[in-house]
Amino acid sequence: MRRGGPGRRFWTDRRAVAGLMILLLEVILVLLLPVLFGMEPNVTDQTAGFWAPPSAAHWLGTDDVGRDVLARLICGGQVSLLVGFCAAAISLGVGVPLGLLAGWKQGKWEYWIMRLADVFQSFPSIVLVLCLVSLVGASAWNIVAVIGLLGWTGIARLVYANTLTVREREYVLAARALGGRWTTILRRNVLPNAVGPVWAVLPLRVGRAILSESSLSFLGVGIRTPQASWGSLIQYATNTAVFVGRPWIWVPPAVCIVVTVVSLQWVGDGLRNALDPRFYTGNKA
Amino acid sequence: MIHYIRKRLLTAVPVFFGITLLVFFCLELVPANITDLGGEEGGTAGNQAVMEERLGLDRPVVERYLIWLGGLFHGDLGDSWQTGRPVSAMIAQRVGPSLILTGTGVVLAILLAIPLGAAAAWRPRSVWDKLASVCSMVSFGMPGFLLSLAGVYVFSVVLRWLPSARMYATGTSGTVGDLIYHLILPAGVVCVSSMGELVRQTRSACLEALGEDYIRTARAKGLTERQVMRHALRSSLLPVLTTVLSHIPHIIGGSVVVEQIFGWPGMGSLLFSAINSRDFGIVMGVTVVIALTVLGTNLVLDLLYGLVDPRVRREEVGR
Repeated sequence: MRRGGPGRRFWTDRRAVAGLMILLLEVILVLLLPVLFGMEPNVTDQTAGFWAPPSAAHWLGTDDVGRDVLARLICGGQVSLLVGFCAAAISLGVGVPLGLLAGWKQGKWEYWIMRLADVFQSFPSIVLVLCLVSLVGASAWNIVAVIGLLGWTGIARLVYANTLTVREREYVLAARALGGRWTTILRRNVLPNAVGPVWAVLPLRVGRAILSESSLSFLGVGIRTPQASWGSLIQYATNTAVFVGRPWIWVPPAVCIVVTVVSLQWVGDGLRNALDPRFYTGNKA
Repeated sequence: MIHYIRKRLLTAVPVFFGITLLVFFCLELVPANITDLGGEEGGTAGNQAVMEERLGLDRPVVERYLIWLGGLFHGDLGDSWQTGRPVSAMIAQRVGPSLILTGTGVVLAILLAIPLGAAAAWRPRSVWDKLASVCSMVSFGMPGFLLSLAGVYVFSVVLRWLPSARMYATGTSGTVGDLIYHLILPAGVVCVSSMGELVRQTRSACLEALGEDYIRTARAKGLTERQVMRHALRSSLLPVLTTVLSHIPHIIGGSVVVEQIFGWPGMGSLLFSAINSRDFGIVMGVTVVIALTVLGTNLVLDLLYGLVDPRVRREEVGR
């Protein structure tokens, strides 16, 4: 057993650090490259033509209307990552308060919030997301909202379970005995102690949101042209000629998705191990 | 026990109504519906009114919800808004293929994941452990549609071993052999994407069990490693079973996408075509059936737990 706090434990986990570095690199590249090289994802290059193969001017060739695929890949990355992080933030914003409330108030609140969670968890999320997004219209923000609002149950359950144990602790009892208002106690004493494990599942939430968005866009009900995302780039593969003959169009975004989600997974595992020493197993799987 | 059953059933009732409300009113909020698209009668204002009347859309929301709910209790899921055929008949036609696909995938996943997870726990850092870790990484990191694409690319395009779509070869009524031949790829995708969590859970449950005193006793009294693993595996089967069942929504969601990609004639592709043609009658029917299946499985699972493990019953009653 190595010594040191959660931070120390996180940084000694090679996979978690690698995942974090990959993610940081991705975010930097996706934000900087378009600015540095003046990438235009929606400008058609008349000289290169449609479906041009990779060349010095267009590293990944051009698409069906002569747009640069690399530029679309990079700018699509902005959209995919943005959707992932924002949706997870919404899930967090909804799930934490509901979980706290259910665990603290108990009785009716607990019953109805948990039943609501049951209702949401009875649907395969992709099915509900699919229906809702195709019905409310597929703008990036609608997708963020739908994925985010449907992802709160797991977080709420976690916070709820933690709140149940934290509320019995002596310092909470002391705060109550001192006559603190319940909202203050919840914010000052309960929240910081109940929310810990949530940080470990948050990267997984981001990953799931990215996967949902890419599935939607791939199926043609998510991000649509002219906007690009990794999923919508892979949608070109539904065209047999592209799928078989031009793998350079759909393989790179596929690789980006897998690398991103696996990195998020590693960061999540690292955080979980760091926050809960019982799981700590060094660099093992 | 009777108290426990009653309590469980009482919990399921509000969830049931919640599900129906959520489905009905989500679709209610949608600005555009099939009458705007014109449907079969064309798009003029007069026809719109005719169609709204035929579908009962001119009545108040609450009344329509109650009518729909009443039908649901009789197993009547309403009619398709486009063709007027009863939704329950359309779903009945599609349930078989969906069950074949998802069932095969899940059974394969269980059969592969439990031995793999146990082997990984038995010898940490061995080849098995590495394999288990790769397996869960693939299943977490690759969404179903990517796995499908990769599978089709490798096995249908490059190797030309397996067909890439449909349930039977075109123009044939279909034999079991042909079905299996077409099933391998989509069922493989469902299997791989549901395996990751299972392998992980089996591994950690077995690891925990291997640390228990009775395993040390079993080893001390000279049992073979095989027998020891059997002891460990048996006690870890319950958490693994929980994982399987709690993942059912996830697995169903995955196979909806897989069905659409492979043109498998199941409920998933029915849902897709209904969404595209804005046929809310079918959309409501399919989503409700899926959600109620999940609710039903969870309920049965809870009851089984109560039956098997007295601690669960007591805890519930105590609260």
